[in-house]
Amino acid sequence: MTSTVRTRNRSSDADADAGAAPRLPGAWRLGLIRGALEIKQFFRLREQVIFTFAFPIVFLFLFASIFGDDMANTGSTASQYYVASMIAAGIMSTSFQSLGISIAIERDDKVLRRLRGTPMPPAAYFLGKIWLVLVTGILETAALLAFGTTLYDVQLPSGISGWLTLGWLFVLGITGCALLGIAISSVPKSAKSATSVVVLPFLVLQFISGVYILIDTVPGWMLNIGSLFPLKWLCQGLRGVFLPEAAAALEPAGSWEYGRIALVLGAWCIGGLLLCLLTFRWKSRSDG
Amino acid sequence: MTTRHAVRARGLRKRYGDVTAVDGLDLDIRQGEVFGILGPNGAGKSTTVEILQGHRRRDGGELSVLGQDPGHADRAWQARVGIVWQDESAPAELTVAETVRHFARYYPRPRDPEEVIALVGLEAKAASRTKALSGGQRRRLDVALGVIGGPELLLLDEPTTGFDPVARRQFWELIRSLADEGTTIILTTHYLDEAEALADRLAVVADGRIAAQGEPGTLGGRAQARATVHWAEADGTARSEETDTPTRTVTALAQRFDGEIPELRVARPTLEDIYLRLIGERDPR
Repeated sequence: MTSTVRTRNRSSDADADAGAAPRLPGAWRLGLIRGALEIKQFFRLREQVIFTFAFPIVFLFLFASIFGDDMANTGSTASQYYVASMIAAGIMSTSFQSLGISIAIERDDKVLRRLRGTPMPPAAYFLGKIWLVLVTGILETAALLAFGTTLYDVQLPSGISGWLTLGWLFVLGITGCALLGIAISSVPKSAKSATSVVVLPFLVLQFISGVYILIDTVPGWMLNIGSLFPLKWLCQGLRGVFLPEAAAALEPAGSWEYGRIALVLGAWCIGGLLLCLLTFRWKSRSDG
Repeated sequence: MTTRHAVRARGLRKRYGDVTAVDGLDLDIRQGEVFGILGPNGAGKSTTVEILQGHRRRDGGELSVLGQDPGHADRAWQARVGIVWQDESAPAELTVAETVRHFARYYPRPRDPEEVIALVGLEAKAASRTKALSGGQRRRLDVALGVIGGPELLLLDEPTTGFDPVARRQFWELIRSLADEGTTIILTTHYLDEAEALADRLAVVADGRIAAQGEPGTLGGRAQARATVHWAEADGTARSEETDTPTRTVTALAQRFDGEIPELRVARPTLEDIYLRLIGERDPR
């Protein structure tokens, strides 16, 4: 019954417009427009910008200053290890943490409800978030690399293959973490609890994935749990990009395991997407 | 065309746990009319509006809004319905102009953003960020976002709550100008003067049901209601008499007092009297 009514309306619209049926704007284009808007809003909150970018740099400085010694038989220093670690943590903080918290706040502030009341395709909202995360993630990574190459003698990849590896690690890592961030944003009951709900698992993950502690000193059972999540693999891959080959001796497998890294990060991208599709809430809980 | 309905609801029903918010509501709202839904807090007004917009699913009843079931509406339908919720917040860091222009891009045939900003009277604030606006100005921005898509139907949920009297009058003018353009408007309110000033027809809702429906002037038998004549006796005692023929009562009093009647007042029931009776006694008929 609905379909006949719909057809009738459509034809009357078409009559009114002399055959030109109104076209709804597409998801990709609106995703780009939303991305530009998200980035504009992000950079207008100066405090947020400063703290988002400063956080991993401050941590890098602290850890590199405290544990900066040479790592035996690796041809590298702990400072260099922490540059790779903090780039991975920075990627996860700009994606997982910032999306997890900001979407929970937008849900509570009824921003999501308002968008849902417009003909905007839902995909455009998520595409906009992905654009935001890509831009902030690239800036964060660039800032850490600038800091690491100047202060801690980290070598940028010399060949195209090194940059390509960095490229796919970044894209798979940030996508997986962003999807997980979108998924966890549905967990907090309100915006007030969002920060605690998102930050605790992120902090724990950083410890058990070898971000703060050298990977060969993380207890085996912790590392096993950490291996289930993308952060451990992202760290490992980035060490492969920025540390000399000899440093692979530190790794539990004794090698960088790029095949497995790609597999785990890829699986998280797909799993994260499914999780988002199954659990994402446009309404706050109080809103039924 | 004139007989087409913007909204047709039969036996609309919605429960939240043990609470029945909407309990068998029937509505027939014609295209182009301003329809007021009046009722106390918790009467089910907001829930009704949310069901009409498709935000909430109904538990029962039949519903057609602009020819479609909002529970299964597509994007093309959403482009034809605008809503202004009770509690909204536009992005704080964007300016009025940026926000309105951005929302225009979601729609296939949006109105001109500058024209909409002028319509809601925010030209002077177009370059201000939302966080710098007053409460009334934010509400106007909400309305701008509600109408930017050029909706055929606009839903307003308690649009003037928290306004000062001047802002409310200005807001009414805005609603009237939208109605003059042919937009069908459904607004909920608990202000009686607002309903009387704006609505072509009203429904008084109490406990999720319609207690009465009609034009503001005749609602609940208001036009036929008896008048009350108030006066004071020579010793100062206040007296009053309900009557169908107030002129005769006053003439009789004038003869008795031989001139001025002390403290004379003749009153017809206000919309408020009718309303209070309607929501106070369940089913007055």
